[in-house]
Amino acid sequence: MTRHASKAAYLNEIRGLITKMHNASIGAAYRVKVITRFAAHSFIAVHNKTGLRLSYHWAALVYVLLTYFSLVPISFAADDPRPLEVKEVAPGVFVHKGINALMLAENGGAIANVGFVVGAQSVAVIDTGGSRRQGEALLKSIEQHTDLPVRWVINTHVHPDHVFGNAAFLGRDVAFVGHVRLPDALQQRFEHYLAANRASMTERLLAGTELVLPTETVADVRQIDLGGRILTLRAWPVAHTDSDLTVFDETTGTLFSGDLVFLEHLPSIDGSLRGWQKALDGLAAIPATRVVPGHGPIDSPWPAAIEPERRYFDALAKDLKTAIDAGIPLATAVQTAGEGERGDWLLFDQFNMRNATAAYAELEWE
Amino acid sequence: MTLSTFTAAVAALVMGIGLSAGTAIAQSVVAPAGAETDEVWSGLVTDVFDGRPMQDGAGIIELEAPYRAEDAAIVPMAMNVKLPPNDTRSIRKVTLVIDQNPAPVAAVFELGEKAGIERIETRVRVNMYSKVHAVAEASDGTLYMTEKFVKASGGCSAPANKDAVAALKNLGQMKLRQFAAATPAPGTERREAQVMLRHPQYSGLQMDQVTRNYIPAWFISDLTVRQGEDMLLKVSGGISLSEDPNIRFSYLSNGADTITVDAIDTEQKVFRSSFPVENGGS
Repeated sequence: MTRHASKAAYLNEIRGLITKMHNASIGAAYRVKVITRFAAHSFIAVHNKTGLRLSYHWAALVYVLLTYFSLVPISFAADDPRPLEVKEVAPGVFVHKGINALMLAENGGAIANVGFVVGAQSVAVIDTGGSRRQGEALLKSIEQHTDLPVRWVINTHVHPDHVFGNAAFLGRDVAFVGHVRLPDALQQRFEHYLAANRASMTERLLAGTELVLPTETVADVRQIDLGGRILTLRAWPVAHTDSDLTVFDETTGTLFSGDLVFLEHLPSIDGSLRGWQKALDGLAAIPATRVVPGHGPIDSPWPAAIEPERRYFDALAKDLKTAIDAGIPLATAVQTAGEGERGDWLLFDQFNMRNATAAYAELEWE
Repeated sequence: MTLSTFTAAVAALVMGIGLSAGTAIAQSVVAPAGAETDEVWSGLVTDVFDGRPMQDGAGIIELEAPYRAEDAAIVPMAMNVKLPPNDTRSIRKVTLVIDQNPAPVAAVFELGEKAGIERIETRVRVNMYSKVHAVAEASDGTLYMTEKFVKASGGCSAPANKDAVAALKNLGQMKLRQFAAATPAPGTERREAQVMLRHPQYSGLQMDQVTRNYIPAWFISDLTVRQGEDMLLKVSGGISLSEDPNIRFSYLSNGADTITVDAIDTEQKVFRSSFPVENGGS
């Protein structure tokens, strides 16, 4: 039995366990383990008189037991994820809406919008989610909606919430497709992403998540045919990252923008602010009727959807240029740059200073 | 009572318990002490400083580091150094150490004898939660240490280059920014300068997944700044210095009309530029 260094450590564990119990993708085997652990802890607590508040303890135990039994019928079969919930935003275009949050154990890393497009002969997956487990859940969802095989797995860029699910599609006759610079970007970053997210997502939820490199890359524009349905893939110069790729479904006018478009969730700049500002004009020229952004509402009007982030980038750049010209150092300038945009975005505190830092380092060379 | 009503009642009760317990628990959680990382530091004292004793740096060296590394690739750090007015010694060297990085010594700054450097700012990569130490060495060899703890950035920020292609294209480009101090001390002309050098600073830690070979490290190993003939600052850097090394420092002007920067990287590529001293700063 695990011994805890302090009451705080023990309570922290209980809190973590309860949070995980709420996660719909947690399987039965894990619930049994949690309950066993609670029971044992309770027993020890009573007998050793550890000073823990037993009222919390028994409340938590009862709660866990009831949660367990109420969820047994839907997840007892195995420790497998359930099919990912998707919405058909246009005929044959299915999207799962990620939640506006950081990748955490509670959300299983399912924070990005991911989806698939069904043609007459095959299926293309556009981003695979924040863990192998989410990739598997996406695959199950695909199997619920079509009997056609997945032939294409497209990654819109290097970030973990978009590529960690790739491994779920290994061992199939699929082509993994990405930006011509995606292989390098993944090689430079993947191990770090895995290590950094283990801390926040837990080893278990990342089990089986592994590096899957593109088998085909796009340097400029490429079209793929799903059978009577053409997807146009376009590689962009450095903007959100150095590996941004968009996917346009000509049939329904649906644009999968990847993280070149953020709505509600503050954009994160991991490439070039100036590059992204330039890319917006090119994006706006795409004759889409709707956009599936990388984060935010999955069926958004086009090209109006790019206006909020355009405004944010302009404000951030203006604030930073003013600070740089005045000789204000980076560490000071990033405290206030972009602050006027705070009220219009979620996750502002998580990303604005990071964006300001990267953009300051870029703009001071101008 | 029907079954469904009963279920709903139980659910409501349970939810209430769960929420109240959750709140109580959340309030009880405290940050763990970082005792385990002290072993890392004592190892570094042995390896980097030959086990020499460290004095408390309070009042002599101050480290400014953010609470959290926002962008893991560009984390601003600043060191302020100053001896008491009647102290006849001078600070000759400042070492910046990021304990948990693969190469913990980010940079060693040697301060010119008459440079009067009181502040150095730079940018580093921070791979994970880490203590950061700044150690000042006085002219009599005494070491003064101060530390900060820096939280890691989010899981989608990596200490990697933003645009490796551009980094190569602009290799060696150099810029010097100059700033007049806001409040010059009487009888001195205290100024600030910022040296910027384009360099990709490859860490050597990334594996080429096809060949299974590591991409070799490639970084600026030494960078020297002079005003006229006098050395202001010499930086011996490692892979923890961010892409496009950037050093801003305050110094005393000796009246020379040029500032010269010489740098060399681990491939023996030499970068050199001279800049006229701006009279008014910027």
